Amino acid sequence: MIELSDVHKSFGKVEVLKGITASVQKGEVVCIIGPSGSGKSTILRCINGLESYDRGEISVEGLKVDRDAPSIVAIRTQVSMVFQRFNLFPHRTALENVVEGPLYVKKEGRAAALERGRALLAQVGLAEKADAHPPQLSGGQQQRVAIARALAMQPKAILFDEPTSALDPELVGDVLGVMRKLADDGMTMVVVTHEMGFARDVADRVLFIDGGVIVEQGPAKALLNQPQHPRTQDFLRRVLHPL
Amino acid sequence: MKGFWHDAVEFFPILLNGVALTIVVTIGSLLLSTVLGLVWAMMRVSGIGVLSGLSASLINVIRGIPIIVLLFYLYFVMPDLGVTLTALQAAILGLGIAYSAYQAENFRAGIEAIDKGQIEAAQSIGMGWWLTMRRVVLPQAVRIVLPPYGNVMIMMLKDSSQASTITVAELALQGKLIASSTFKNTSVFTLVALMYLTMSIPLILLVRHFEKRAGKR
Repeated sequence: MIELSDVHKSFGKVEVLKGITASVQKGEVVCIIGPSGSGKSTILRCINGLESYDRGEISVEGLKVDRDAPSIVAIRTQVSMVFQRFNLFPHRTALENVVEGPLYVKKEGRAAALERGRALLAQVGLAEKADAHPPQLSGGQQQRVAIARALAMQPKAILFDEPTSALDPELVGDVLGVMRKLADDGMTMVVVTHEMGFARDVADRVLFIDGGVIVEQGPAKALLNQPQHPRTQDFLRRVLHPL
Repeated sequence: MKGFWHDAVEFFPILLNGVALTIVVTIGSLLLSTVLGLVWAMMRVSGIGVLSGLSASLINVIRGIPIIVLLFYLYFVMPDLGVTLTALQAAILGLGIAYSAYQAENFRAGIEAIDKGQIEAAQSIGMGWWLTMRRVVLPQAVRIVLPPYGNVMIMMLKDSSQASTITVAELALQGKLIASSTFKNTSVFTLVALMYLTMSIPLILLVRHFEKRAGKR
């Protein structure tokens, strides 16, 4: 449902994506791994048009992604995003954050949206935090609210941009648990992550990106257990055995 | 001192008429400058080159002209161009335009202080530019903007006295008229100063309240 073909992207003189071709099928969980600065996040940000791309084409369910075209709104309501730094709206409660999109973008009825919003908060284990403001919540709780906010749009896919990188280690598990449940329910997910355990257990496929190109890709377990390319081997060795 | 109290009782009712006009001018130009300032600020952050360029030049032109000249222009020159304004209209328009430049810069600073991640989050749930502004950016910018906005209110109250130069009989002009006909300069201008101060104090307290609240988050 998400297709990237020969996508190039430069920031000034620095080419961060040098021809990315990949696709994500419906119901698939794809993890993108790689060193920092390799262009992983940029790929996600291009998919929902937060970033423009210079060459090639990205399409979502056959609809070309063009951040300057009116169709970008349709794409963004189908492909939600979860950010590294949560980016919850601090002036609104958890529940208001969740129903913001349904109420003001999709113009759903208030009562129905609120009811579904509460159900989503319950689904991420935060039913009792509906009226809390983001600054009153822990990082892990904030990120779970952000996931509920993404789900509230009833998206066909969710993009996760290093969703656990800003969390204290003991809070990572809660967020990964919610994500694993989503994967089990058949949600299409593209996850940029450094959590190799999550990638191995939950992902269907893993892409290893380095220097703006896909160096290696394949089924999660195979790629993580027996990487073929020397750069992949080197990266995994550093991540899994930092000492 | 006894003389002062005697004069105060005598002049106070006349000066109160001036206070009424001072308040009208202050509130009128405050509202106008807020609306115009918001428009300039929105143009400035719209990301559309023509609009932000236009807004930037407008702000610079307005900033570069003294308020008093702007008032003279509206009151004495506009009639030559076929637009006749009453003194009060010219005063509110002039002060409103003059202050819109400062309001705009204040609003822009507040808008630009909002974390880019907020805007990206809004976009990622399909919000367009205006909805992002209305639901995400402006409500947060208000907190940042309010303390300086309160200061603008105080400055506006005092600068409303410039309307006296185009015959608006507000507090300062009323004072001057009484003083020049009674020669009781000390009593009259002390009274005028105290009345401005009395009107400023609630605003000063309001600014302090805003600052405390902004500091909380």
